[in-house]
Amino acid sequence: MTVTKEQIESHGLKTEEYKKIKELLSRDPNLLELGIFSAMWNEHCSYKSSKIHLKKLPTKNNIVIQGPGENAGVIDIGGNDAIVFKIESHNHPSFIEPYQGAATGVGGILRDVFTMGARPIALMNSIHFGSPENKKTQNLLSGVVSGIGGYGNSVGIPTVGGETKFNSTYNENILVNAMAIGHANKNKIFYSKAKGLNKPVVYVGSKTGRDGIHGATMASAEFDENSEEKKPTVQVGDPFTEKLLLEACLELMKDNSIISIQDMGAAGLTSSSIEMASKGKLGIELDLNKVPCRENNMSPYEMMLSESQERMLIILDDKKEKEAKKIFDKWDLDFVVIGKTTDTNRLILNFDNKKVADIPIPALADKAPLYDRKWVKSKLPKNKVKIKDLKKIKIEDALIKILSSPNHSNKNWITDQYDQIVMCDTVQKSGGDSAVVRIHNKDKAIAISVDSSANYCKADPKSGGKQIVCENWRNLISVGAKPLAITNCLNFGNPEKPKIMGEFVECVDGIKEACEFLNFPVVSGNVSFYNETNSKSIFPTPVIGGIGVIDNLKRIVDIKTKKSGNLIIVIGKTIGHITQSSFLQENFSIFDGPPPEINLVNEKNNGLAVLQLIRDNLVMSAHDISSGGMLVSLSEMSIHSGLGLKIYKPKKLVNLFEYFFGEDQGRYLIEISKNNIKKIETFLRKNNIFFEVIAEVQNDTFEIEKTFSLKIKDLHNYNNQWYSKYNAIN
Amino acid sequence: MKFAVTVTLKKDVLDPQGKVVGQTLKNMGIKNLNQVRQGKFFEIDMNEKDSAKAESQVKEMCEKLLANQIIEDFKINKAE
Amino acid sequence: MKSSVIVFPGSNCDRDVAVALERLQFKNSMVWHKETELPKSDLIVVPGGFSYGDYLRSGAIAAKSNILSEVISAGKKGALVLGICNGFQILIECGLLQGALLRNSGLKFISKDILVKVQSNKNKFFNKYKSDEILKLNIAHNEGNYFTNKKHLEELENNELIPIKYCDEKGNINLKSNPNGSINNIAGIFNKNKNILGMMPHPERMADKILSGEDGLGLFLSLMN
Repeated sequence: MTVTKEQIESHGLKTEEYKKIKELLSRDPNLLELGIFSAMWNEHCSYKSSKIHLKKLPTKNNIVIQGPGENAGVIDIGGNDAIVFKIESHNHPSFIEPYQGAATGVGGILRDVFTMGARPIALMNSIHFGSPENKKTQNLLSGVVSGIGGYGNSVGIPTVGGETKFNSTYNENILVNAMAIGHANKNKIFYSKAKGLNKPVVYVGSKTGRDGIHGATMASAEFDENSEEKKPTVQVGDPFTEKLLLEACLELMKDNSIISIQDMGAAGLTSSSIEMASKGKLGIELDLNKVPCRENNMSPYEMMLSESQERMLIILDDKKEKEAKKIFDKWDLDFVVIGKTTDTNRLILNFDNKKVADIPIPALADKAPLYDRKWVKSKLPKNKVKIKDLKKIKIEDALIKILSSPNHSNKNWITDQYDQIVMCDTVQKSGGDSAVVRIHNKDKAIAISVDSSANYCKADPKSGGKQIVCENWRNLISVGAKPLAITNCLNFGNPEKPKIMGEFVECVDGIKEACEFLNFPVVSGNVSFYNETNSKSIFPTPVIGGIGVIDNLKRIVDIKTKKSGNLIIVIGKTIGHITQSSFLQENFSIFDGPPPEINLVNEKNNGLAVLQLIRDNLVMSAHDISSGGMLVSLSEMSIHSGLGLKIYKPKKLVNLFEYFFGEDQGRYLIEISKNNIKKIETFLRKNNIFFEVIAEVQNDTFEIEKTFSLKIKDLHNYNNQWYSKYNAIN
Repeated sequence: MKFAVTVTLKKDVLDPQGKVVGQTLKNMGIKNLNQVRQGKFFEIDMNEKDSAKAESQVKEMCEKLLANQIIEDFKINKAE
Repeated sequence: MKSSVIVFPGSNCDRDVAVALERLQFKNSMVWHKETELPKSDLIVVPGGFSYGDYLRSGAIAAKSNILSEVISAGKKGALVLGICNGFQILIECGLLQGALLRNSGLKFISKDILVKVQSNKNKFFNKYKSDEILKLNIAHNEGNYFTNKKHLEELENNELIPIKYCDEKGNINLKSNPNGSINNIAGIFNKNKNILGMMPHPERMADKILSGEDGLGLFLSLMN
């Protein structure tokens, strides 16, 4: 029975792609084979539009143990310790069913990390919603947040931070990017490459149901009005089973019985079996009658394409089968040998004693289509905005407006729903520049930050790409960590449109340039295209998740000012770049103009200088200057500590709005003791670092001399109202 | 006029709670147990004499709020 | 001192509490729920987490496990039993403690640092604290809203069976300082003999200075007294 034209179309395959399938098979595929090709060749699994550009990113240096291409990236943090981490999107499913979409997103990324032999130690996320006024937003926000919390809390991994942003560009396409971080012994990392002939292929975890059949295909197509009706069976997360699977896998990993292991993520059994075989240049033969099924009468097509959660595929040392089964029995999980490795280099599926599929594995992996899609350069905005011409506004009112806006308000409403300290190693929770998590039983910690700047990327994709890498680097430095490596989640519209593809290419170029300069390699990541509804695409939104290491737990700083009488120094030059700033957006709804420029040399020098001062124990608190500019950053330090600031006016005649709200890059605020000022000034001068003493810590008043004066308590209230008002049950 | 509404997960949707409850009951010795599916139950009292109208309103409540139709089904029974 | 920490599928604060106990030189054993015998121990801890995913009702399924019948008989014989968070829920479901833990009044999972005031230190668990001392502890739960009938509540209040109540920085015990809707701001309760304690806050999370604080350490030190 050959497949129909409609079937080819409904599997998202183009005519020329189908032609290629026929060539590779030397015959027509059957429906099961078509499903398998469609799952492996879609954007989500094959990276067919992005691969040639992603290759440009730096992925190696002396601390990288494993770069992109595995379940997650692995870096060396000294001693025997390795950190395993990755960020991944679950955008489309979360828009359809926010709780389950977000929950299964967290589940999937956790599996990517523990599959490699690491115990997960922290979760982070970056979530983007439409405008708060959009009627879908509240429900999506509340569902996504409960879903993230519901899964992470239950598995017992602390969700230590992240970012939440609102912008009408996400009205019909929200972003849910989840990051997991694990710790492993660097000599005990597990990979997905299969080795050896006739080795048992073992299915472990939950049973297979009809969940999300063709979920990966959904993530590779635009939404339209009918999407709500096209709903496939949504995957439901089962964090309890995940916890059992986590413990069982880590228990099994204590000896050497696992040859290779792979999570059944998108395109489930299909992609996991093919990836393992393809990496090992082997064949694989499965008996589908042995697959544990949740429903009656499941067809081979459904089994191969189901996206049921909490499942893994393991290739096992054939002598260790019995002991391995014992472990999974203890945890009440399925453990079934469903096939074996072969030397045929083919995927062979048997069902009811018949061969139901037979595909050469290279056809599904290496020979998948690869596109060098047409792209055009983005037009860069040139307009300058003259502050003078704008309606008069008071500086304190502008500050209050920003601090009480959805994007700058305190996010306790969200983070209070996440267990942030289970596992008892969280040194710094969310709210600061980076989360800090101790390596269990060691005098060592990692810092983690997740960042994005969609407005900057929209205005200038290349400069925006550079900026987020730099901001991430800065956030890690600000707690006293040495930045090591990043993972990225690249959220874009439809790559078949040259304009969108252009945004992608330029953002990747920007990321590449900054990562190369800062020696900050990309070790894992994910691309999410087709974030588009009715041809309206989201702003280009690359999200960066960075890891830094702290070698001395006594040299960690946070953003809380410590003592009245201390001074605040701003490191880095303030020019007053005001376009694309929160100031213009929140106060005047002006979205025009170029984003601030990035000077990588200054970025690196300023950062390394701050890190050195922290390591020399000369910094009492630190905060980077980002969205909102210097005044917003100063107020955040105050709000967190409850101590006020007396802020000096700039000595040279400048526009105060540009000076205090400009978003010039590469800047930090550090709090120092007056006694150390000479020592610090000498150090900074010697290293050619631009700096100014900007403020003095005082008791409860936050003021700019001769300009305005506010009580910290009031600032705190302005910053703490929005979420609870927005989510109040009326 | 009273209605009884039962909301359950759709047939093919995984029910983690039902699964664990079922397993526990089996461990407690109920060997002939096939499957447990867990759901929600609502009692709805309407101030309405027209039973067709009331029923269609209850149906609307189910569709709009009580059931998440992406993963759940509902059943409406008129109670006496 | 010897301690046992019971581990259910889905427990996730078992390691945390073991770390705190071992730091204070408790000889601790982890006891898997399928075991039928408890090692000899001075203290039995039922830790926090999501035993059996918190499915059906928090703690309900764990209360039916093998090892729980051993915990029940040890508790009835006077052994010290400490149930934290999900452990408190389990002790209620198995009948060692009375009352019920309902869904938080705000209908959301709450995880944050809170304050409690020590109501009574005349017991095995709080003797290292001063009476009226304010402690910073951490809560993380969905169902911590304690409820009981009037008669039992009077019994608890009149017999110093409520060792800690939620309060604010000034020690006020009122609606505003109540994070989850618990009746009378109750954060933990004893059985009649005060050998069994159930509490929603996690003392083990406040047992290390570099983390959030050390206010929880006193509880473990009290037990060694």
